[in-house]
Amino acid sequence: MDVVQLDRLQFALTISFHFVFPAVTIGLAMLIAIVETLRWWTKRDVYDRLSVFITKLFAVTFVIGVVSGIVMEFQFGTNWSRFSGFVGDIFGVPLAAEGISAFFLESAFVGIVLFGRNRVGSTLRWIAGLLVFGGTTLSAFWILVANSWMQTPAGFKIVTDSSGAQKAQMTDFFQAMFNPSTLPRFFHTVTACYVVGAFFLMGVCAWYVLRGRGSDVTSFALRLSVAIAFLGAGGMFATGDLQTREVQANQPIKFAAMEGVCQTANGVPLDLIAIPPSQNCSTGTGLGISIPYGLSAMSDLNPNGQIKGLDQQPDQSLWPPVAETFLSFHLMVGLGAMMMLLMLLGVFFWWRHELEKHRWWLWLAVIAIPAPIIATEFGWMTAEVGRQPWIVQGLMMVSAGTSPSVSATDVTISLIGIVLLYALLFFLWIYGLTREIRRGPELAPGLHASAPPVAVGPPEDQVTPATGKAGR
Amino acid sequence: MSLATVWFVFIGLMLTGYAILDGFDLGVGALHLFVARNDGERTQVLNSIGPVWDGNEVWLIASGGALFAAFPHAYATVFSGFYLAMVMLLGALIVRAISIEFRGKETARIWRAGWDLGFAVGSIAAVLLFGIALGNVLRGIPIDPDGGYRGGLVGLLNPFAISIGVLALGLALLQGSAWLVLKTEGPVQDRARWTGGFALFLILAAWIAASGLGWSDARRVFDNFGSLLAWAAPVLTAAVMVLMVMAWRARQDGRAFLFSSLAVLGMAATAGLALYPNLVPAVDVSRSVTIDNAHSSDTALTLLLMVGLIGMPIVIGYTAFIYWKFKGKVRLDGAGY
Repeated sequence: MDVVQLDRLQFALTISFHFVFPAVTIGLAMLIAIVETLRWWTKRDVYDRLSVFITKLFAVTFVIGVVSGIVMEFQFGTNWSRFSGFVGDIFGVPLAAEGISAFFLESAFVGIVLFGRNRVGSTLRWIAGLLVFGGTTLSAFWILVANSWMQTPAGFKIVTDSSGAQKAQMTDFFQAMFNPSTLPRFFHTVTACYVVGAFFLMGVCAWYVLRGRGSDVTSFALRLSVAIAFLGAGGMFATGDLQTREVQANQPIKFAAMEGVCQTANGVPLDLIAIPPSQNCSTGTGLGISIPYGLSAMSDLNPNGQIKGLDQQPDQSLWPPVAETFLSFHLMVGLGAMMMLLMLLGVFFWWRHELEKHRWWLWLAVIAIPAPIIATEFGWMTAEVGRQPWIVQGLMMVSAGTSPSVSATDVTISLIGIVLLYALLFFLWIYGLTREIRRGPELAPGLHASAPPVAVGPPEDQVTPATGKAGR
Repeated sequence: MSLATVWFVFIGLMLTGYAILDGFDLGVGALHLFVARNDGERTQVLNSIGPVWDGNEVWLIASGGALFAAFPHAYATVFSGFYLAMVMLLGALIVRAISIEFRGKETARIWRAGWDLGFAVGSIAAVLLFGIALGNVLRGIPIDPDGGYRGGLVGLLNPFAISIGVLALGLALLQGSAWLVLKTEGPVQDRARWTGGFALFLILAAWIAASGLGWSDARRVFDNFGSLLAWAAPVLTAAVMVLMVMAWRARQDGRAFLFSSLAVLGMAATAGLALYPNLVPAVDVSRSVTIDNAHSSDTALTLLLMVGLIGMPIVIGYTAFIYWKFKGKVRLDGAGY
C-alpha cells in the first residue's frame, strides 16, 4: 500500500473508533440532564439513584472519548499536513472554538458530576449536569461545522501564500460556519447520538427486567428511554430526509452513488434491497426489491421527476467508490427502519401496559444496543466515502492532502501501535461497562429485589477504608 | 503589536496554562510509585487529581486547536515532522488516562500494579517527549524545501533537547510534589516534601546543562538575549525559584504551589522570548516558519481572538470555581476512584 492508502486507513480506523464514544456520551449526557432535572425538581430518591447509575456508564465512555479525541486533533497535523495548511484558516477556527467554548465546559463540570456528589449542593449538581450536556452537544456542533465545510465549502476564497502554495481563506465567517450542509448534518447527527443513548439505557433496563432485577429505577428508566428512542427514531427519518435532500442539491454525485443511479432518467425507482452497481456502472443495481417511481416521487415530489445519475460527471475518476457508498447508505436506512419497528412495538406494548411482559421484545431491546451505533457508523461512511476522491469537495484531492515528510514505514508503525492500543481500549470499555451494569443501580433503601441473591451483588459505593476502593 | 504577535503570546499562554495544570497531574503520575507505597496511599494520590485532570488535558486540546487555526503551517510542520514522537506522545497520554480510570476497578494485586506502572511510565514519557520536542524547536530543525522535516526520531535526540526534556521533567516533579503536599497528609505528604527538594536540584542541574549545551550546540537560543530587557524573564524566573525554595523550607504549602506554577510561567516566557518571532526556526533561516509567514488571515485571527478573549476568562473562572469546590485535603467519600 502506498502512503496515501495507509493514511486513509489510519484516519478511517481512528475516526470510526472515536465516534462511538462521543455518540454514547452525548446520548447519555442528554439522559443525565433529564434525570438530574427531575431529581432536582422532585427531590425523589429514585432519580438520584438513576442519575448516579447513568453517570457511571458515562464516566467509562467519556475517558475513552477524550483520549481517542486527542488523536483526532493531532492527526490533521501529523498525517495531513498539506490539508492542514490548505484549510487551517477556516477549518481551524471551529476546532479552536470547540476547545474554548465546549470542551473545557464539559470536562470541567464532569469533575463535579463524577466526583462532587457529596461535596456540592443539589442545585449545583443539577447545573453541572446541564452544562456537561450543553458542552457535549456544543462540541458536536463545532466539529460538524468543520466536517460540513469539507463537504460543502462556502464563505472562502483561494489565495496563494508567500511560499507559492494555495490555501483557502475565510471571507465570510457565517457563510463558512453555516455552510449548506451544517444544519442538516448537525440535526441528523445529534439526533442519532440521542437515539444511541436512549437505546443504550433501554437495552440495559430490558436486561435487568429479563434477569428479574427490575426495580423502581429500571421501571422509570425503561419508559423514559422508550419514549426518547421512539421520538428519536422518528426524528432520524425527518432529519435524514432533510440531509439527503441537501446532499442531492450540493453533492449530486454522492447522492447518485448513494441511491445507485447510473443514468439520468425520469421516473426512477427507489431501491430498498439490491446488489449495488459496479464501479464503472457497466451493470446497474440488480436483483432487488424496489418501489417503482419511488425515488423520483420522494426526491422530486413527482413520480416522473428527473433524477441525475452518475453520468452527469463524465470523468469516472471523480466518482466515489459506488458500491461502498450505496451499501453503507442502505444499511444505515435498513437498520433505522428495523429500529423504528422495534420502537413502534415498544410504544404499543407500553400503551397496553405490557412493556415488561414480552420477553422476546425485551431481548430484542438488549440486542439492539449496538444497532444505532452501527447505523451511525454507516451514516458517516456514506458521508465520507461518498465525498471521495475529494478531501475538500471540489477543492482538494485526498492524495494532495497528505504529509510529504511522513513515509509509508512511519504510518505502518503508527497504524500497528494504534490497532493494538485501540483493541485494548475497546476491551476495557466493554469490561468497564459490563462491570457497572452487573452492579446495577442502587436499590431503594429497605427494598430487596425479587431476584436470586447473585443479582443484588456487592453493596455499591461503600468505601472500604483499608483500600479506599469505591465504584465510579 | 501585530495580530500575529498577539496570537503568538495567546498560544504561549494557553500552552503555559497546560504546562502548569497538566504539569502537576503528570508530575503526580511520575512520582506516585515513589511517594505512595501501598494501595490506600495510591488511591489517595489518584483521587487528588481525579476531579481535575480531564479538564487539565483540555488545555492541550484547545492549544492544539488554536495553533491549527492561527498558525496552520507551524501546526502542520511540527506535527508531521515529529511524526513518530507525536505518536508516542499520544500513546503515553492514552496509557496514563486509562491507568487512572481502570486501576480502581479490580482489587487483584497484578491488575493494580500494572496500571500503577502504566500511570508512571505514561506520565514520565509524556513530559520527556514534550520537553524534547520543545528543545528541538528552540534549537532549530533542518527543514526541507517542501516544508517537511525528515530527521526522524533519532534526529530529535540531541543533548540540548534532552536537557530541555529533563528540565521539563524537573518542573513536572516540582509541580506534582507541591500539589501532593497541598492535597495529602501523613507519609505521602512527607515523601512529597522530599521529592520537591529533589526536583529543585534536578531543575537547577538541567537549567545549567541547557544553558551550556545551548551555548555550544544551539546558539540561536541566545539570539534574542542581546537586549537587557529580554533578560528580565530568566532573571525573574530565578527570583521566583528562590522564593519557591524559601516557601518550601517554611512549609508554606499554598505559596509553594503558587511559586512553582509561576516558575513554569517564567520558564515558558523565557522559551517564548528565545523563539520569537519564529514558531519553528529552521537551520536554513530562509525556511523558518515564523509568525509572519505562517499566520492565518486577519479575518480568522480577529474572530478567534474574540472567541478567546470572551471564552478564556469564563473558562478560567469556572475552572477556579471547581478547584475551589474541591479544595482541602483529599476526602475518600464514595464518589471517586
